[in-house]
Formats: sequence, structure tokens, C-alpha cells
Amino acid sequence: MLEVEIQHRLGRFALDVGFASGAGLTALFGRSGAGKTSVVNIIAGLIRPERGRVVVDGNVLLDTARGIFVPMHRRRIGYIFQEGRLFPHLTVRQNLLYGRWFSRRGGRQATIGEVGALLGIEHLLDRRPGALSGGEKQRVAIGRALLANPRLLLMDEPLAALDTPRKDEILPYIEKLRDEAGIPIVYVSHAIAEVTRLATTMVLMSEGKVDAVGPVTELMGRLDLYPRTGRFEAGAVIETRVAGHDSVYGLTHLSCAAGEIRVPRLDLPEGAAVRVRIRARDVIVATTLPTGLSALNALPGHVAEIGGDLGPVRDLRIAIAGGSVLARVTYRSLSELDLTPGRAVFVIIKSVAVDRHSLGIRGGQRDEAAETLDT
Amino acid sequence: MGEFFDLSPDEISAVRLSLRVAFWAMTCSLPLGVLTALVLARGRFWGRPLLDAIVHLPLVMPPVVTGYLLLLLFGRHGTFGAFLADQLGVVLAFRWTGAALACAVMGFPLMVRAIRLSIEAVDRRLEDAAGTLGAGPAWVFLTVTLPLILPGIIAGMILTFARSLGEFGATITFVSNIPGETRTLPSAIYTLTQVPGGDAGALRLTALSIAVSLAALIVAEFLARRVGKRLAGA
Repeated sequence: MLEVEIQHRLGRFALDVGFASGAGLTALFGRSGAGKTSVVNIIAGLIRPERGRVVVDGNVLLDTARGIFVPMHRRRIGYIFQEGRLFPHLTVRQNLLYGRWFSRRGGRQATIGEVGALLGIEHLLDRRPGALSGGEKQRVAIGRALLANPRLLLMDEPLAALDTPRKDEILPYIEKLRDEAGIPIVYVSHAIAEVTRLATTMVLMSEGKVDAVGPVTELMGRLDLYPRTGRFEAGAVIETRVAGHDSVYGLTHLSCAAGEIRVPRLDLPEGAAVRVRIRARDVIVATTLPTGLSALNALPGHVAEIGGDLGPVRDLRIAIAGGSVLARVTYRSLSELDLTPGRAVFVIIKSVAVDRHSLGIRGGQRDEAAETLDT
Repeated sequence: MGEFFDLSPDEISAVRLSLRVAFWAMTCSLPLGVLTALVLARGRFWGRPLLDAIVHLPLVMPPVVTGYLLLLLFGRHGTFGAFLADQLGVVLAFRWTGAALACAVMGFPLMVRAIRLSIEAVDRRLEDAAGTLGAGPAWVFLTVTLPLILPGIIAGMILTFARSLGEFGATITFVSNIPGETRTLPSAIYTLTQVPGGDAGALRLTALSIAVSLAALIVAEFLARRVGKRLAGA
């Protein structure tokens, strides 16, 4: 459990932030300059804010009203930085064990073997950081933070400095960490794909303020937050489960409350939870169930909300059973099809629009899932 | 040729004394040098430019002036000299220990400069990372900062050592030129050039002086390279 309240001034920039989050991964999402990094720096104790309160699992780490400021080395908060920040004069093993020298004994602690296996870095132990790839460095940095026995992990854009293949290499490990390590994570990012894939809770920030806090599916399905989450990548997130596989056509059937979505085959066992992000621009809206159409997925719903004027296009929120889907259509279609709130429609989604960058895997059969997505 | 390198007992004593003085000048000024470099590199206080100037003073003042100031301060009747002699029984004036002090003062700016540059080059974000891993400020310094500035410390030590081997003006002013006590290599060479027939001896010591200095510089280069390689993480 994490509670954060901060009022701080950095030159002209004013930070005024408050949120609470629970287990799992909390994503601080917003554009560069929204103040996300300042927030995690304050949680870590790198910055002392003018006013604020930070409580982790009932431990008050900062409370300016009561004059409490726990120095960073006593906070037991792991911090994974964008650039890794491995100690160049130590081997990977020494880097991993660095926090162990200082962490208090007691309680069950992860061993270097367990962490090495979790992150796939056992073969790197005797190397020096200079000889590692960017992805390996970041995995070692995650392991180093874990072995210091933290009660909270902060990740500040840990993937931003990596190319796409390296990102895909690390994402499954972060999912695994979120589901298996039992340590809450605060994850800073300005990449919506990462956030929708990883986050349990989402904190939307802009200009030093919190715009919204809530589950990813809820926030991503809101039309009013579009300008904050990025217009091009905008899209709703729905939670599904693997219902079965179609071996003839190489498809996987994902079921959600509103029906089935068929996507290119995922090597996941039946029942595995999969989070699917459907971008608004990949959605077609139909007033009748169409025939003669190559798109495989049609979910029934009704128009719930129509977004503001975006020139020739409009964004719609379409309520489906158990959630929402966003759709981007032209104003002309909107008028011609008479899409008004309450109107029953079908949401058509192309199967191939759902790629592995828009999927998140949770819980259960983790290992196979991670490896499959990794290849 | 063989005879040329047959050093007289006096000459041997000068060489040994020089090495001893240089060693102690280097060793004793090291902790203060690191501390001063740290304060100058990281400290934020109004007197910093003044401290910086004072540290660098021996570099620009005539060595004789430094030596004379040392004599005033650390001589038997000097402010600190009297205290040290009465309370601790330590006498610096006209002793080899005084020569070491003079060399330490003269070499101090070089040591501080080298260490300070390396401190300023340290990525402070690594220190923050160490802090989040549970290391308090003292441990951060010992386990991260110190290893990272080791090349600078070695360079500073060697510079001070080399400077001490060549120190003449401040030493001879402060502790004079007493055979076996304060007659270091440069003083011995100076003495030999002042007496008839001393040319051969002066030349011998000059050659020796060059050899010792070269050796010190080569060792320094070797050490710095080794440490540098380790830090590059290869």
C-alpha cells in the first residue's frame, strides 16, 4: 500500500500530486515534463519536497507536517533508473550483492540464485557492466534492487533507453516480477503500450498534477482523457481469457464478457488471462452485423458517448458487456449512420490489428507465456 | 664507468633521505588532500574561492617565501612550532620531518588538483543508486566514490612524490642543509656545485635524480592504466 501527497516547487514548475495505490504495478503515465520522475525521486528520498507525505505499507517515510524525513538509505525502496546505473568497478555478482551488505537481516530474502533465474542473468555473474548489452544491464539493475530486499520498487522509464527488441526482452520479466515477487511497483512511463500492458493501476499526470487515478481498463476507456494519453495511440483495454485455439487457421480465441475475439495464435494455455488493447483507429462501427467482411471480430454494444470536435473525425465510446471500446470514425459516418448515444451497434475489430505489442499477460502460466512472447 | 656510479656515503644518505622525505610528504598529505579536494569539488559555502586560492598559493609563491612562512609558523618559536615542541615534543625546524612538511605543502596543490578533477568526473547518479540500495553517505563514499576516484588519487600521490624529490627552495629555507638530516638530493647537488671538485658528484646525483623521477612517472602511468582498465569495466 502506497500513499503519496506532494506539494513542491522546482523553479517555475509546481508539483501538486496525491494518489494511493495497492499491490501490483502502478503506472505513472504522462508526457515528458509532467513531473513523473520528480514524484518517484521524492518517494525514493532523493528530493525533499516542501510539503508532503509518503507512506509505504504503514511506514511513514516522509511527513513534512511532523518533521519526518527518512533518508534514502533507510527507506528500503528499490529504484531502477533509466540508465541502469550499475557500478562500473564491480562485477555483476558484486553489483547484485551490493544492497545485501546493508539490508537488515530477518524475514525471507531472495537469493542471488533465485533472482538470477527470475531475470535470466545467471550466466553474466562474473562479467563487468561494461561488457553487458543494454537489456542485460537493465535486468541486472532490476536484480540488484530486488536483492536489497525492498518493500517497494520504483522504475523510472526502465525501457526508454532500449530499442524495441530489447524492450520485448525485458517486458516479460517485469510482468513476472509484478505477478511473482509480491513487491508493489511504481512504474514511470510515457509509452502507452507499456502502461496498458503492465499496469494494474494507472495514475495519469500532466503539468505536475494528477488528472485521474484508476484501473487501466477504466481510464483507457474514457473519452475525456484522450488528450492526455495521446491521440494516435488512444484505445481501450479489455481483459480477456484464452478460450481455445483454432489449429486449422492458426488463431487463438479470447473470450471476454461481450463475446469472443479471434487473434493470431498465442501459445498460451486455455484460461490464461490476456489484456488486449484495441486502438480506436483499428475499430469499425456497424449498425447491423455485417456479412462479406474479412474482419473476424464483432462485439455487440451501444454508443455511450461521443467525443468533442476533432475536425473531420469523432471519437466514440461504445459500451460493451463488461467494459468499453473506443472507436474513431469520420464525422460523415457519424451523421450518415445516425450514431447517437444509446444506438445499438457492432464493434468490428480486425484480428491482425491485435499484435503482441498490444497484449499483456497476467498470472497463471507465466513462464510459457513469457517465453512465447519473447520469441 | 663503474666508478662513476660508486656513490659516496654522503650521496647515498642524500638519496635515502630524499626518498624518505618524499614518501612521508606524500603519505601524510593524502588524507587532508582527499578531504580538501572533496570540499572544493562538492562544498557549497561562501569561503570556497578563498580556500581554493590558499591551497594553490604554494604553486605561485616563490618557494623561499613558503619556506620562510613555515619557519615563522613552525620554527621553535613559531605559533605552531612552539606548541608542537612544548605539548607534543615534536620539533620540525631543521629536522627531516620539517623537510617532509615543506615538501607536503609544496606538493599539496598538485595533489588536491588531481583528486578534485577526478571527484568532479564522478557520476553522482551512481552515488544516488548506492543510496537507494541502503548505503549511508560514509559507505557510499568508501564503496563507490573512492574506488572511482582511485586513478586521480594515484596521480595526485605520484605528483606529490615527484614534486617532493625536486623540492629545494622551501626546504632549504625552512630546515637548512644539514648533512644526514635535511640534505636531500637537490640540496646535495647544490652543495656539490658550490665546492671545487664537486662536479662529478653533482653529475652523478643529477643522473640519479632523473632516473628516480622517470621511474616514479612510469610506475604512476602503469598504475593509472591498470585502475582505468578496471573502471572501464572490460
